[in-house]
Amino acid sequence: MKKVLSIVLLCLSLSLAAQDKIEITEKDYANTEVPMADVMRSNGKIYVVVGVVMVIFAGMIIFMVNTERKVSKLEQEFLDEKG
Amino acid sequence: MRKKWWKVLTVLLLTYSILGALLFDAPRLNILNETIRNLHFHVTMWFGMIILLTTSMVYAIKYLRSNNIDHDHMSVEFANVGILFGMLGLATGAFWANYAWGEPWSGDPKQNSSAIAMLIYFAYLVLRNSMSDPLQKARISSIYNIFAFATLIPLLFILPRMTDSSLHPGNGGNPGFNAYDLDSRLRMVFYPAVIAWTLLGVWIASLRIRVKRLRTVLED
Repeated sequence: MKKVLSIVLLCLSLSLAAQDKIEITEKDYANTEVPMADVMRSNGKIYVVVGVVMVIFAGMIIFMVNTERKVSKLEQEFLDEKG
Repeated sequence: MRKKWWKVLTVLLLTYSILGALLFDAPRLNILNETIRNLHFHVTMWFGMIILLTTSMVYAIKYLRSNNIDHDHMSVEFANVGILFGMLGLATGAFWANYAWGEPWSGDPKQNSSAIAMLIYFAYLVLRNSMSDPLQKARISSIYNIFAFATLIPLLFILPRMTDSSLHPGNGGNPGFNAYDLDSRLRMVFYPAVIAWTLLGVWIASLRIRVKRLRTVLED
């Protein structure tokens, strides 16, 4: 019962809201006068490349640091007690 | 080796050099176009390789003088990372050449001789792994290492310059980047990049050396 009621209300509200809407047209998408988050699309999208390279680089460094930690731990276990 | 500060420096310099290489103003040159930025990656590999292989050779001499097996560990691991850098240099060079020179391998004197140099160093690794006695292995491969280095230098720096047709800048009949009046701005990224990638190589080598030391302790 509740479901049916809510669906009916939803349909009503849709038709009501449609009355005084301002339509979004292709023009709005082509409008370059309004500044958007365009940094990533500027300069031939070079910043996207920079982002990708930095992600890979960060991954590599995290891997290096992890390996470093593992080796250090092993050294503490096996080297430091001996001398 | 275990200290932290130089690893932080490595990461900072690498970050700076990668961002600088990709984003700083680059000279607009015909044919090269944006690939001039490869200078900060491809050439860097070779500079790093030379430094790492020199270090390897120094430790080979040290081993022969001291018979301390730890020097041999250092020698071989620096050689390993140096060879890795060299292979990356060859691969990036062929990739770049495909778009700048029209084909990945054009028999350029410097391409040929760097490939020969890499083969000589591959033989070093094969030679090492062909011997089971650790002392014999260390001694013979240290001697070979010195000779490999002695052929590396003429192969990379002398022979290509004695030819009269090389595509590489700065080699036979071809002016270096100095010919363009652009160097100082590229250098601001290039030299930090060389230091950064070399330090990364040292970091990798140091990790492998430490693993080797652990292994010798565990084997005893």
